[in-house]
Amino acid sequence: MTTDVKASPQPIARPAEHEDRGFEHTESSVSVASQWQLMWWKFRKHKLAMGGGIVTILLYLVAIFVEFLAPSSPGVIRADYTWAPPQGLHLFRQTETGSVFDPYVNGYSVEIDPVALKRTFVIDEEKIVDIGFFIKGEPYKMWGLWEMDTHLLGSTDVDLPVYFLGADRMGRDLLSSLIYGTRISMSIGLVGVIVSFFFGIALGGISGFYGGAIDNLIQRVIEFIRSIPTIPLWMGLAAAVPSDWPPLRVYFGITIILSFIGWTGLARVVRGRFLSLRTEDFVMAARLDGANEWTTIWRHMVPSFFSHIIASLTLSIPGMILAETSLSFLGLGLRRPVVSWGVLLQEAQNIRSVATAPWLLIPGLAVLVAVLALNFLGDGLRDAADPYNR
Amino acid sequence: MLQFLIRRILYMIPTMIAVSIVAFIIIQLPPGDYLTTLVASLAAQGETVDPARLDALKDRYGLGQPVYVQYFKWMKGILLEGDFGDSFGWNRPVSDLIWGRLALTFVLSLASLLFVWLVAFPIGIFSAVKQYSFGDYIATFIGFLGLATPDFLLALIMMYISFKFFNQSVGGLFSPEFQDAPWDWARVVDLFAHLWVPVVIIGTSGTASLIRIMRANLLDELRKPYVVTARAKGLPEWKLLFKYPVRVALNPFISTVGWVLPTLVSGAAIVSIVLSLPTTGPLLIRALLQQDMYLAASFIMMLSILTIIGTLVSDLLLAWLDPRIRYE
Repeated sequence: MTTDVKASPQPIARPAEHEDRGFEHTESSVSVASQWQLMWWKFRKHKLAMGGGIVTILLYLVAIFVEFLAPSSPGVIRADYTWAPPQGLHLFRQTETGSVFDPYVNGYSVEIDPVALKRTFVIDEEKIVDIGFFIKGEPYKMWGLWEMDTHLLGSTDVDLPVYFLGADRMGRDLLSSLIYGTRISMSIGLVGVIVSFFFGIALGGISGFYGGAIDNLIQRVIEFIRSIPTIPLWMGLAAAVPSDWPPLRVYFGITIILSFIGWTGLARVVRGRFLSLRTEDFVMAARLDGANEWTTIWRHMVPSFFSHIIASLTLSIPGMILAETSLSFLGLGLRRPVVSWGVLLQEAQNIRSVATAPWLLIPGLAVLVAVLALNFLGDGLRDAADPYNR
Repeated sequence: MLQFLIRRILYMIPTMIAVSIVAFIIIQLPPGDYLTTLVASLAAQGETVDPARLDALKDRYGLGQPVYVQYFKWMKGILLEGDFGDSFGWNRPVSDLIWGRLALTFVLSLASLLFVWLVAFPIGIFSAVKQYSFGDYIATFIGFLGLATPDFLLALIMMYISFKFFNQSVGGLFSPEFQDAPWDWARVVDLFAHLWVPVVIIGTSGTASLIRIMRANLLDELRKPYVVTARAKGLPEWKLLFKYPVRVALNPFISTVGWVLPTLVSGAAIVSIVLSLPTTGPLLIRALLQQDMYLAASFIMMLSILTIIGTLVSDLLLAWLDPRIRYE
């Protein structure tokens, strides 16, 4: 990606709003701008990265307000709605006077297959289920703190559940599960990256700062870990997580297993930065000034590559999300009642279920969107963080 | 070159030892030991356990002795007798179970690697030469999509599409009539007729990243003065391209095998589970779920060793291609 940006011709005419505010190309504003301001100006020009950033923020917002956004909770089993297909949301209703804003979905009618005696649901255009905003529904505890029962969207009739994205084998609402899964999947990426960040910055820092034998040893360990195929190794480690652990502990166990392999990439980045900075004049100056090692590292060296680290962190979140999804999909990662995208995809593991209910693949789409958005965001951040690439 | 070869092979030994230790740790991780699991599973089947047999097993695996003794006993069995221990899930020696599956995994990974190379090479060159063209954008888009799609999801989608629109299943590596047939020419042909589906699925993400790498390398190379000189001298464009820049850009292409191969083996494991291919994946996950640890650990160890050998081969190839590495 770096090369692309280098090669792209610099636009000669800048958008008018930039001219008005008089920054970016006037020498004086560039030379007094802070490092973060320069990064932001550059980042803003990267359209894909901006898009990725917006989608990422939206996903994390969903992850924060899960209880309110989900029409119901993911564990609610309704056996009479097995594999009910998605009900499309209609916002406007046709009346004699034209269309009015009055959201509804079409209801189901049940057909029984005379041979297999299997019940299938079909969308019935005749039936109408009213949909309301901010409706009172199932009670929940917002962030586990206080009781609430307002949901953003839902059926106004408590006895008629709606399935915007369909239901699974047990009649659980896919949309609600998907929204709850967003919290787990997006956070496991973040937590995993933060844990690997500590491993990475500590080991990579030691490696790059001291060099010599320690550096050699740590580099060999990194090479070793990178040469093993990760999924079999992850599978082996995840299988050792006892099945009687409470969900929260399983969550952290899996996160630590993921970071156990994920730190190597970050350690390499940190080491490379340390190596190149070690000989810089300002580091030498700090040393001559009598700063101790701790101060040299944290006051002088870390701030100068911190932006780069943030970019690398962003780029390693997708790997974590994909790994968690794969493990949970295989049944070795998270388990219900904890719901992640991977746990949801487990429902789609055999061709029978996928053929009956193709909407079970929708969580895969969520994975795809999240990974793409984070990749674009990380790419943009990396380009913006590189001071030599303007 | 010989010196490089010897040094590189010597380097590999500590890595292999480390792999075996990691695999052994995995055996030790689940609570309880092999024997308790065996007794439990035998008891569950309603069989009585013969104390003499227990003692023999205890002695064989060094159970009850310090961990390092157990490790050495396990290693000794593997190195001297090719004995990986017993799989209690199958009630057979592990070595009976793994070799055939490992061979198929190897074929699958190798085929995926070839696919990745064959596809990424021309597309990468095209993307670099026609930078910012429509085709380049398409390649970039597909590349990003390929990177973001988990292998197993791609496998699921392929399965769904072939089931829905072609009304056939894509699982397995052999047609039913060749399932247990001995190896002959017809069976090999049948294998290759089935192989392409998993190969495409496993190879997609690797192809995507290699296209990016090839494109970036070649772009860097194309901007160098010698290219301008050659063009000024009137060298035909295709000759100019393939004579030097492509060859230089090819080096990192080969060195990436080192990390593409582990991802391919990883991908093969998970895709095999979804498509139920007779490779290591499905057996490995069953072993892990049943805590059949000698089988699971042997798989993990052998997969890692295969990967390490593959990386070695790629390093040697690179050294052969690029003298700078040989003499470093």
